[in-house]
Amino acid sequence: MFEWTLQHIWLIPLMPLLVFALIGLFLHKWPGISAAISIISIATGLALSVVTLIGMLKGGQPLHYEISFPWLKMPGLTVEMGLLVDGLTVVMLFIVTLVAFLVQVYSLGYMEGDPGFASYYAYQSLFAAAMLGLVAANNFGQMFVFWELVGLASYLLIGFWFGKNSAREAAKKAFITNRVGDFGFLLGILFVQIIFGTLNFGELSPQVADYTNTALLVTVTLLLLAGPVGKSAQFPLHVWLPDAMEGPTPVSALIHAATMVAAGVYLIARAFFIFSATPEAMQVIAFIGGFTALFAALIAVTQYDIKRILAYSTLSQLGYMVMAMGLGAMTAGMFHLTTHAFFKALLFLGAGSVIYALHHEQDIRNMGGLSRKMPVTTWTFVIGALALAGIPPLAGFWSKDEILLSAYAGGYTGFYVLGLLVAFLTAFYMFRLIFTAFFGESHARGHHHAEVKESPLVMTIPLIILALMSVVAGFIGAPFTGNPFGHFVHYAGETHHEPEMVVAVTSALIGVLGIIAAYLVYARKMVSTARVKERLSGVYTLVYNKFYIDEIYLWFIKIFVDGTARLMFWIDINIINRLVDLSAEITGALGKALRYTEDGQVQTYAYYMLGGIIILSAAVLLAGLGIMR
Amino acid sequence: MAKIPVLTLTLLFPIIGAILIMVLPRERVKEIKYTAAAATLPSLLLSLFIFITYDRKAGGMQFVERINWTPDLGVSYALGVDGISITMLLLTTLIGFSAVFASFRVNEQAKEFFSLLLLLISGVMGTFITTDLFIFFLFYEVVVIPIYILVIMWGSSKRVTKEYAGMKLTIYLLIGSAFLLLGIISLYVKSYLLTGKPSTDLMYLATLDYDVGFQIFVFALMTIGFGTLLSMFPFYSWSPDGYAGAPTAVSMIHAGVLKKIGGYGLIRIGLYLLPAGAQVIAPVIAILAIGNVLYAAFICISQKDLKYIVGYSSVSHMGYVLIGIAALNLISINGAVMMMFGHGVMAALFFALIGNLYEKSHTRNIDDFGGLAHQMPRLATGFMIAGLASLGLPGMVNFIGEFTIFVGAFSQYKVITVLAVSGVIFTALYILRALGTMLFGPRQEKWDGLTDLKGVEMVPLVVLGTAIILGGILPFGLMDIINQGTLELLAQAKLLTIGGI
Repeated sequence: MFEWTLQHIWLIPLMPLLVFALIGLFLHKWPGISAAISIISIATGLALSVVTLIGMLKGGQPLHYEISFPWLKMPGLTVEMGLLVDGLTVVMLFIVTLVAFLVQVYSLGYMEGDPGFASYYAYQSLFAAAMLGLVAANNFGQMFVFWELVGLASYLLIGFWFGKNSAREAAKKAFITNRVGDFGFLLGILFVQIIFGTLNFGELSPQVADYTNTALLVTVTLLLLAGPVGKSAQFPLHVWLPDAMEGPTPVSALIHAATMVAAGVYLIARAFFIFSATPEAMQVIAFIGGFTALFAALIAVTQYDIKRILAYSTLSQLGYMVMAMGLGAMTAGMFHLTTHAFFKALLFLGAGSVIYALHHEQDIRNMGGLSRKMPVTTWTFVIGALALAGIPPLAGFWSKDEILLSAYAGGYTGFYVLGLLVAFLTAFYMFRLIFTAFFGESHARGHHHAEVKESPLVMTIPLIILALMSVVAGFIGAPFTGNPFGHFVHYAGETHHEPEMVVAVTSALIGVLGIIAAYLVYARKMVSTARVKERLSGVYTLVYNKFYIDEIYLWFIKIFVDGTARLMFWIDINIINRLVDLSAEITGALGKALRYTEDGQVQTYAYYMLGGIIILSAAVLLAGLGIMR
Repeated sequence: MAKIPVLTLTLLFPIIGAILIMVLPRERVKEIKYTAAAATLPSLLLSLFIFITYDRKAGGMQFVERINWTPDLGVSYALGVDGISITMLLLTTLIGFSAVFASFRVNEQAKEFFSLLLLLISGVMGTFITTDLFIFFLFYEVVVIPIYILVIMWGSSKRVTKEYAGMKLTIYLLIGSAFLLLGIISLYVKSYLLTGKPSTDLMYLATLDYDVGFQIFVFALMTIGFGTLLSMFPFYSWSPDGYAGAPTAVSMIHAGVLKKIGGYGLIRIGLYLLPAGAQVIAPVIAILAIGNVLYAAFICISQKDLKYIVGYSSVSHMGYVLIGIAALNLISINGAVMMMFGHGVMAALFFALIGNLYEKSHTRNIDDFGGLAHQMPRLATGFMIAGLASLGLPGMVNFIGEFTIFVGAFSQYKVITVLAVSGVIFTALYILRALGTMLFGPRQEKWDGLTDLKGVEMVPLVVLGTAIILGGILPFGLMDIINQGTLELLAQAKLLTIGGI
């Protein structure tokens, strides 16, 4: 069964692709059937992934299976389409198919009655196909192709409710911001192609190891890094992700929390042989990740929109993963990616359940006391938040601990402290959200409060499953199970750190501390938040407005891009076109001037003839004289 | 055994159609349109047949036909196709077929319109399948006249009048072709002086050794001539005005294929006959090409009229083709040919949709629209396919062209390629801005009367959309045959450097 599955593993990305084509071309008039085939295809993919995962775990050995065919081939350039199945891929296949499956089931409830129901499932399938193609890629070319296609699916789904101007703008912003990152990524790929003559990961790995031109290698790595910075929304290209919350909430859960935004981290892990080849590049990666982690966590503390809080939390956690990569802890970063996928998807779907019950209310100040009305949503949400806050024995604890451990044991004290600070902030903002939205007095506006009720089973069952995963997923990387995750997903030569009690206890304590702080401020109201805001009004405004980075970018685009555009157009009209018209006018004017010589008078023509004869004779004479001399 | 002259047949069907239309009574508008459609379909099928049955193992010029025309001058009616010309032929017939359907709303003087359109299609096809310089030039000139009449009679006046647009287009291209003619005559005379045998046969001319100075001179002439046709910076200004003024079908054919005669000519005549000249002039082309890519992309950002956006964007995209040609290696030229195909189907689709929308709404200003996807979901899908292709999204054929050009050119010109790659950001910016403003956002009630694409209006979308997507997800189908052609052409010109490594 395992063997058969492995040989047919290409079915996993191919089935959703066919479903996308089928819905797009024929089935869009039948929403029920569209949803059904979409869910069936992803469920089959999930089954195949599970078989592969179990087979690999049973086999006990890291797997390596590769198939491919040339997709674009000419002498000197080959881009393959293929599948590379190893521990890393299997983990990603499992995460993507599981979360996608749960989100698609959940969407049956959340998107019920939406006029675009069939298109929604078409886009979901497109996303699944592209994401699965991405994680299975065995070369940079294929990676780039699917990298852009997940971007397309993201664009379509952010802008799904395209009648809203905000959704339209958010979709555009996401695509263009990612394009900036992809510009660097593409240049990086071009460099790889001309330096090494191949894009295949397996062939590149030994070549990179032997490559000696460090300066060039650092350049190439940093260019490649631009891709993950865009896709995983790292500073300074993070601006698109909070706005991407305009999409339907299940989309945010799947694409903008669990899977697509993690693709950048995945790319670093997949091509770790090149990213880790130079310490200079690693340093940059760690700094970008660490900075984003702290920066986004700070913003999350000040936001009121439930989805935006989660979005900034995602930014922050992605920063955590990227930082781990930069510290050389590829396994820890991937482990955190895995656990984060489950609990963050859970949190988003929980938020979706709240938003669904409250008829699209997203401001946590207008919630409160939801625990009494929506027990399943509340308690699964709390489990997700505890996991995110890193409370043992939930999933987030183990993975966060691994990252902190590698910072601590690797001697990166600065990053270790930063990690702890972010962990504190994470616990704090999550429980700020929970105490405000789920407990205490109800602040629902108008008639909403009375009719708030728990969401239907299609929505709560996925929540329960994800809550379960958020509890147990950490065990596969925990010391007491022998850390099978680290056995299957690791990079040759990566240093493994033995678990340290001090680190584990500190990280757990810091999470608890964050929760207590949030409890004191938001549940017991021991500190007036209004007073704090007043005291620190300058800082607060700066953070609340996301450090004005969006505004700075907008200003930059308006002045430089649109300004240059207008200047170029001016040049086009007033210089280049003017010259063209001028040459036509001169020709015309010359014609007009010469026209006066043709006045129709025989006498005038006789004069011309005479003049011509004189000139010609003179010329002949002079020429003759010249020759004779 | 007399072989069926497949290429001549392909060429002849539209001409027969044009003749039939001329004898049809003027009021039978419907029959005229169906005749035009029926005349372009066989050409499309034949070119698909050629594409499929071309022997990829044997390579070289196939489906060869030759009839001596004026032996004293060495001119013969010689046809033949290799991988490059098949691609361009396929592009022509795909667009020609679609252009007829995109013109189904033309009712004024339909008889003249469709017969001229068919002549135009045949003329363009001829340039791609002939292997004789003289015949090439003849077909090229055949094309110019119908275009002029079509623009000034059926065009539309916005920023500039259609008469201005038609005149600018025609005069500009005639000046370009004057340079070309000078180049061709020089070649003819030079080869006659070298061997004493008059010939305009491309393959024969390619075997001769011209001195480097002569090659530079003639290649420079051709760069101006073909460059003008390909809207090379700064000789592009006919293009946006011309497309804006032209009727839908002419914009489609002009931006889609006619322009590509420039790129095709530079490769087939320029590189093939004058490799040493090409090597000297190429860096100049590469630098000018940056003017195309970035300068025109920036202008697009400031445009509001849909036709001007696509017009300037085609100038921008031709920059990629020029860089591909200028890098002079196998990969980059493969990319340039692929890009010409990709840009052709994409631009034609864009113009078909713009024409359709304009006829229904009488405006092309993007700010007049908003939320059109509510009323016209199919049109919106078409615009999205064309737009995403234009910004080089993988899964669309244009990406294959761009990526291949970038890889090929990067080994030759580092800085220029980096600048060119940055074009992908600006293209995304103007395309998504324009399409976002026009298609998405709140429903506007003033456009509730617009009907979505239906019936024959779907033909351009289906035909060109299929080409864009199939070419994008199965690129090897087209790239293998292009590579075959480029490989042989460069090997014969002794220009074969692989590039990329």
